[in-house]
Amino acid sequence: MATSSVSKGCFVFKPNFKKRKISVPIEDYFNKGKNASEDSKLRFETYQLIWQQMKSETERLQEELNKNLFDSLVEFLQTSHSGLWKNSKDWSCEIKLREIPTAALVLGVNVTDHDLTLRSLTEVLQNNVTPYVVSLQAKDCPDMKHFLQKLVSQLMDCKVDVQSKEKESVQVIQKNVHYSMDSLSAWYMSVTQTDPKMPRKKRTSSSQWQSPPVVLILKDMESFTTKVLQDFIIISSQHLHEFPLILIFGIATSPVVIHRLLPHAVSSLLCIELFQSLSCKEHLTTVLDKLLLTTQFPFKLSEKVLQILTNIFLYHDFSIQNFIKGLQLSLLEHFYSQPLSVLCCNLPEAKRRIRFLSANQCENIRRLPSFRRYVEKQSSEKQVALLTSDKFLKEETQSLLENLHVYHKNYFLVLRCLHQFTSSLPKYPLGRQIRELYCMCLEKNIWDSEEYASVLQLLRLLAKDELMAMLQNCFKLFQSSSGKELGNTAKKIEEFLAQFQSLDAETKEEEDTSQSQSKGLQKTDLYHLQKSLLEMKELRSTSKRQTKFEVLREQVVSFVDSLVREYLLPPDTQPLHETLYFSSAHTLRQHLNAAPRIALHTALNNPYYYLKNEALRSEEGCIPNVAPDICIAYKLHLECSRLINLVDWSEAFATVVTAAEKMDANSVTSEERNEIIHARFIRAVSELELLGFIKPTKQKTDHVARLTWGGC
Amino acid sequence: MAKLASELAKTPRKSVSLNMKNDPKITIDIPQCSKGHSSSDKSQLKNNDKSEFLSTAPRGLRKRLIVPRSHSDSESEYSASNSEDDEGVAQEYEEDTNEDILSQKIQAQNREVSAPVFRETPSKKMKREKTSHLVEKYFEAHSSSKVLTSDRTLQKLKRAKLDQQTLHNLLSKVSPSFSAELKQLNQQHEQLFHKWMLQLHLGFNIVLYGLGSKRDLLERFRTTMLQDCIHIVINGFFPGISVKSVLNSVTEVLDHVGTFRSVLDQLEWITNKFKEDSSLELFLLIHNLDSQMLRGDKSQQIIGQLSSLRNIYLIASIDHLNAPLMWDHAKQSLYNWLWYETTTYSHYTEETSYENSLLVKQSGSLPLSSLIHVLRSLTPNARGIFRLLIKYQLDNQDNPSYTGLCFQDFYQQCREAFLVNSDLTLRAQLTEFRDHKLIRTKKGTDGVEYLLIPVDNGILTDFLENEEEEL
Repeated sequence: MATSSVSKGCFVFKPNFKKRKISVPIEDYFNKGKNASEDSKLRFETYQLIWQQMKSETERLQEELNKNLFDSLVEFLQTSHSGLWKNSKDWSCEIKLREIPTAALVLGVNVTDHDLTLRSLTEVLQNNVTPYVVSLQAKDCPDMKHFLQKLVSQLMDCKVDVQSKEKESVQVIQKNVHYSMDSLSAWYMSVTQTDPKMPRKKRTSSSQWQSPPVVLILKDMESFTTKVLQDFIIISSQHLHEFPLILIFGIATSPVVIHRLLPHAVSSLLCIELFQSLSCKEHLTTVLDKLLLTTQFPFKLSEKVLQILTNIFLYHDFSIQNFIKGLQLSLLEHFYSQPLSVLCCNLPEAKRRIRFLSANQCENIRRLPSFRRYVEKQSSEKQVALLTSDKFLKEETQSLLENLHVYHKNYFLVLRCLHQFTSSLPKYPLGRQIRELYCMCLEKNIWDSEEYASVLQLLRLLAKDELMAMLQNCFKLFQSSSGKELGNTAKKIEEFLAQFQSLDAETKEEEDTSQSQSKGLQKTDLYHLQKSLLEMKELRSTSKRQTKFEVLREQVVSFVDSLVREYLLPPDTQPLHETLYFSSAHTLRQHLNAAPRIALHTALNNPYYYLKNEALRSEEGCIPNVAPDICIAYKLHLECSRLINLVDWSEAFATVVTAAEKMDANSVTSEERNEIIHARFIRAVSELELLGFIKPTKQKTDHVARLTWGGC
Repeated sequence: MAKLASELAKTPRKSVSLNMKNDPKITIDIPQCSKGHSSSDKSQLKNNDKSEFLSTAPRGLRKRLIVPRSHSDSESEYSASNSEDDEGVAQEYEEDTNEDILSQKIQAQNREVSAPVFRETPSKKMKREKTSHLVEKYFEAHSSSKVLTSDRTLQKLKRAKLDQQTLHNLLSKVSPSFSAELKQLNQQHEQLFHKWMLQLHLGFNIVLYGLGSKRDLLERFRTTMLQDCIHIVINGFFPGISVKSVLNSVTEVLDHVGTFRSVLDQLEWITNKFKEDSSLELFLLIHNLDSQMLRGDKSQQIIGQLSSLRNIYLIASIDHLNAPLMWDHAKQSLYNWLWYETTTYSHYTEETSYENSLLVKQSGSLPLSSLIHVLRSLTPNARGIFRLLIKYQLDNQDNPSYTGLCFQDFYQQCREAFLVNSDLTLRAQLTEFRDHKLIRTKKGTDGVEYLLIPVDNGILTDFLENEEEEL
């Protein structure tokens, strides 16, 4: 093999330059993957288009969500040092002078997303506050020296960016200079004084500043060494009057950590203000809302896939980035594996594409399970036409696709409407988040579920003002969408609202009448009173008289129910849903949330799972003696405790293996055979060592230590 | 497990009957199997053992045979609640305690006692317990500081010593089994090549896991897909590999001349280079990303940063059971992995060939031959000096508190043997040895230098024998 050697471990392969230039375009890999691929080029282009759209949408969302936080941060930074320069003779400012303004930015546990947030923060600060923004990571600063070194070099870099490369020579010299806070403040003085404020004036609106502050972002505050942090804070607070520093702490856990890391003497040097970034769950909700619960993107996820993605998010990392990655992968898989995904684009385009579908693709449509179900429901002559005439099929497909798009439009509206009703119910029978509701609706007919029944029950108990608020919200929802199909719904809701309002007046009248009635009763004698009471009792027991409000409430509930039953059909009832929905949850889980340990154990414990040989078929918990060597060795080692005697192990191995060999070959001499078996044992053992099941130990001669426990 | 027994019974085993009458243990064993309480291979092993190995190495195995019964006898309250693994522990324990009580009589007793005890424990219950007490098992396995196993060592077996070459030769005689199925597995994996290329280009990196060496697979991937691209193959299992060498080969691709002050500088340079030139593309193939040398936090961080570059495509394989623990969330997002299970069942030939701790194979031919080569290049006096040190070390090999030969004593001995005439010449010689890593010096508590040869005593003996033969 070209890549094995006893003297080196890296092999560089560099084809000559000309050859390299004719590199294969990416689409080609897309094409060749599946042997019978249809319209693969088109599919790949669609994939790239949709993915680009989704990506820019998420970026836009991210920006929007961070906007509030950044605005308040910028404001804080701008005010923090301004007072300091204006009236520095003031006594209270003298004290303040010793305090470093600090923003504690609580970013949440989704560490992987922090980078993105902080990067855009840096950008915002550089545009609005100061050109001197430096961000440090704990792993770059194991001690004070490195800390200052990084700080200085990054500051210089900022500088170089601002005023061409002129200063580069200075920078090179300074690389070898001993770094200290003194030199830093001296540098700062020189920069701010000699430097004409021209470039900054252009960039920032805050030109009233004599000298812009230096912002230092500590990306992962928790992992900094306390010593470094303390020293730095103490030293820089001494230099604060000549080196206007502002700290920003990126905190993943909770703000308490500042006080745990820094003793009082140090933390009193900080003037801390707390900022809270949007929680990642809300972030997810927005992303889902804008990417999936909309007709903007034709691509959809099936229930299982969505479940897996949200589970990875909720139970593994809280990382939006990872979620988006999962989304990207499912998009790619969809376009890669489903030939009809070519229709997964906006409606006019899809209609156009249908016209150019090949005969093969038409066959693919006919093979879709959802389409077959649809065909079976049609009249017999239509069935024949659908199955034989491509032209007719295409026309039908067009109308079906159109239906599908309409279905989605209504679906999301009604879903949001239902969410309005369910999201504030006690105990949240259908979930608090819309994504839970969505999952349930995707899975099956929601009205068949127990939770839905209990929701209706609870809705029947709602008070008037709650109900009206919900209706109000739904009304807004329906109004905002320009759908024609649900135009009536908005009108209906409006009617309901009007009725509720008129109820107000009526109930007052009613109360009046009932009061007058009771007054009338008082005047009657005992006999009449008893009689009327009895009557009332009977009335109540037989049919509880409903107030007008109750009647109306009932109407609203049944109205919602009818909406749900009509529009929230699960997508797999719709013909052609396969073109838009990605449903291969299994692949997604395999590639994103793999379980290497389980795979290893299965391969060792049950080789039949991979090698479909009848000889390997066995009952649970044991393997046949013809299994690969490593499986046998593994199985034997499972029986041992912490230490394994190699001799015993080897003999056990030999017995099992010889028993297997007995059956096929008897020709080789026993001595040689034993030697071969021993060699096989050695190989199996060293492979197990490589896999990390055992390791050599010095506790006892010729023993190995087991590194796993239990049966697995 | 009852099923296992029946399954075992099904497998043709003519030889079992041959020895059946010779040994009473077999009759014990078979009813036990049919009751289904011994763990799978144990029983299998025992069955086979009786048939085959009674003549060669029966001592330890005979012990093993009686153990489950004696264990159930003495600790009958144990057997009801504990599953397979504990049995293993207990078994090992019993094995040593009963070492000398190896009489047929006891076995017979045990047999009578054990039968009812075993009948009491329903096998279903045991199965359930097995799954539920995984955590407890850890503590059970690690509860006692002493683990008792048999004292037999490999030295008693003649064939224990095998060097790499003979091992290889022997293994080449083994005809591979299930080749059709393996080929099918491999073909399944090969169908993914195009998909891998696509996904690599779209910004994902690919990690392969599963049992079996993935080296051949990746090599095929390389030869079929990467012929026209710049690519680097990194053998993570190579003992001398380091991140530095990985980065060096990347800079080699970029035609860089000169050196870097640190690894981080180098990384920064590479990053800038790749960001500047978007037409540059580089494939990194790393076999065994989880190897000893690369699994460190720093190494992973750096490789992760490399892989997060848009035009560096990483495809790697991992084998170690706990490999995913290398990556925290931050690193995982750097790597942006897509996981692919590629179980190949191929042997880790290349990967394990570098291992010097190959457990059983302790022939040490490599250190021995290097020892001989180095010493041959020295003067006779120097060889004499070294031999003196070897002899002294071998004389003291049973002394556990032996720290080495003190320099002064050594000097004295060398003088007496007319090997050196002054303190200085001896020191010059020692420097020579130290440069070849033949000796190690240590300062003792009293400030005196102690000399030690950091080579296995067995090898030293072999070496002396060799020397004498030559003389």
